[in-house]
Amino acid sequence: MRVELREAPFDPLAELGHYQHTQAELSGRYGATAVFIGTMRDFNDGETVQGMVLDYYPGMTEKYLWRIVEAAHREWPLLDTLMVHRVGELQPTDPIVLVAVWSEHRAAAFSACRFLMEELKSKAPFWKRERTSAGSRWVEHNTSG
Amino acid sequence: MAVHVKYFASLRERIGRAEDRLDAVNGMTVVAVWAALHQDTPLPPNTLAAVNMEYAELKQEVRDGDEVAFFPPVTGG
Repeated sequence: MRVELREAPFDPLAELGHYQHTQAELSGRYGATAVFIGTMRDFNDGETVQGMVLDYYPGMTEKYLWRIVEAAHREWPLLDTLMVHRVGELQPTDPIVLVAVWSEHRAAAFSACRFLMEELKSKAPFWKRERTSAGSRWVEHNTSG
Repeated sequence: MAVHVKYFASLRERIGRAEDRLDAVNGMTVVAVWAALHQDTPLPPNTLAAVNMEYAELKQEVRDGDEVAFFPPVTGG
């Protein structure tokens, strides 16, 4: 399992491929991989967004991400989980979050991937501040899905 | 006893600083910590609180050396 906060832009598909190839114990065991990638858009609430800062609570954020991953592993028969989340300055089209889950069969992978994202969105201490032509604003709440 | 208080995101901006230190008294709750530091500013609705990096109820009592954090609803992912 790996949980990581990343200060710099990352390529989620390259990250996924690299992780999968370097986890020797995964090889030959998984039949299902479910992946979610969240990407920054260039508009929100009817305004063009030029950039974004992702703030977080060092220590608590990592703690809750691990807790969410461990909860998923208790709930479903998972072989492995990879979670990478950006912090700091982001540009439109930058990937924000990558969640990948490996299991023997698809049901566990699909369900766990959804669970991980919903838990992350509702519990992990991150805050988005968007920059628009009118100035910058804190995003007040996440969308419901 | 002393508690270390942290603010994040819009709450940190509204207050104008990231941290406070409070000489607290035994039995003091999380919401009383806020009230002692911000007599003129009620805790904004929807504010979340954590004690030692665990989500906490506002009525939870704090202990010497605790880190208490206040922040708005989370918007990650």
